[in-house]
Amino acid sequence: MTSSNLSHLPGSNPSPENYGDQATVPLGVELVLVKLSFGETLILENLELILPAGQITCLLGPSGVGKTSILKILAGFIPLTGNSRITCSDSLPLHSRVSYMDQSDLLLPWASVVENVAIGARLRGERPDLMRAREILCDVGLKDWLSARPDILSGGMRQRVALARTLMDDCPVVLMDEPFSALDALTKLRLQDMAAKLLHGKTVLLITHDPIEALRLGHVIHVLSGSPTRISNAIRPDEAIPRDPASDSLKSHYSDIMEKLSQTEADIT
Amino acid sequence: MRFFRPGITIIGLFLIWALIAAIAGLPKFILPSPQLVLVTLFDKAELIAGHAVTTLTEILLGLAFGVAFGMISALLISAYRPVRQWVLPLVIASQAIPVFAIAPLLVLWLGYGIGPKVIVGALIIYFPVTIGFLDGLNRTGPAWINLASLLQQRSSHGRILNSYYLYRHIKIPFALPALASGIRIAAAVAPIGAIVGEWVGSSSGLGFLMLHANARVQTDLLFASLLVLTFMAVSLYYIVDYGLRLALPWQPDQKNLLS
Repeated sequence: MTSSNLSHLPGSNPSPENYGDQATVPLGVELVLVKLSFGETLILENLELILPAGQITCLLGPSGVGKTSILKILAGFIPLTGNSRITCSDSLPLHSRVSYMDQSDLLLPWASVVENVAIGARLRGERPDLMRAREILCDVGLKDWLSARPDILSGGMRQRVALARTLMDDCPVVLMDEPFSALDALTKLRLQDMAAKLLHGKTVLLITHDPIEALRLGHVIHVLSGSPTRISNAIRPDEAIPRDPASDSLKSHYSDIMEKLSQTEADIT
Repeated sequence: MRFFRPGITIIGLFLIWALIAAIAGLPKFILPSPQLVLVTLFDKAELIAGHAVTTLTEILLGLAFGVAFGMISALLISAYRPVRQWVLPLVIASQAIPVFAIAPLLVLWLGYGIGPKVIVGALIIYFPVTIGFLDGLNRTGPAWINLASLLQQRSSHGRILNSYYLYRHIKIPFALPALASGIRIAAAVAPIGAIVGEWVGSSSGLGFLMLHANARVQTDLLFASLLVLTFMAVSLYYIVDYGLRLALPWQPDQKNLLS
């Protein structure tokens, strides 16, 4: 599959007036992974993953199927090997257009909330746009905590700072590795709503082991299962996100996902 | 109460000392009573203070040089892997070679001034500072390094400048608590260097004064000098510890062994 095959993805033909502005043009991404192994162990092979432009794609699966590895490959932490490739809808490299949110907040304990959000510019030796950092922090509801040090914040607040940092560089592609998994149910729900709103228009890969989270936020949901790992067909619930996980229409999707997940169990036993 | 505990311990030890001195009835050149030592301390305050200033200068200069060279070595070893094989044996040698063995050589080369004492002090301090800081620099979490490398993908600078910013904003701050532990150990052992240097060859300093008092069987003066040295060493540790905690308020392990 070449980049021309991606032309069906929204965002691949940007209108002239905003062409080249990576913040406003959603970017479609395609990953073809021929083989991924750790030492002798084959984790997965022949995987094709499409991240439609401006949509949230959820990768769902138990631990050990290589979810995080896929994300690390897209982030450039693990180099591509062989014929594996990453293709973007504008035919430019994905490099430098990705931001990343981890399961742990990765806040710098000595720096204020604002400085944590602005750390990207500091690491590039640029003058940080503190105005923008403050605006984003207001968006995530931390207006009153701008100069606080992270150690006095709650887990949910810390993760909101991490979300603000992820949004700070305005990258078109956002990779999230189980960002809400360490939070209590209510905080998780609120942060999912917030993320759905603030990530609007961005191409997101969200890794999770929580089927409810995938159903709430995913425009497209893939289940990873088996050994070596296979990727399921895309599940595309109709409603706009964030969805109510208790709604009737999601029930069939839920049982579909659970069935796909339990196939993993069948493979193992 | 917390503040008084060290004071109570010290007073208790003095009482035991006074008791032993009184009961054993040893001549005062073997074990002078604490009362006599205190009297000597005040009688010869000017003499002792003069020598104490020399020793304190040596300790502080040794500490400054040892910490500075230790930090530079740790940064070099951490930033340039190949340097490790060249420098690490030297770092270990600095700790393994008994300072008593090289102090006479330093006196031979540099004379009776404070130079050899500062070098001996710096040599003792160099090791804990280098190892502490290096350990901290190498222990920055891989998740943080990954995040930083992703944020730096958009950088307009080259590899070396990016590496500099990574150290400046991530690695060095993360290593500061480990460096602080190294400096605490350094502050505790720093006086050893000065005293060893003075014993080998000097014309002033508390070590010099103690050596002479011992030779002339002025045991009370020896004890008085020892008290001053102990006071200086303990104060130095507490001041350094206090300063380090002020400098790193975000450090998780605020509880200290001695507080």
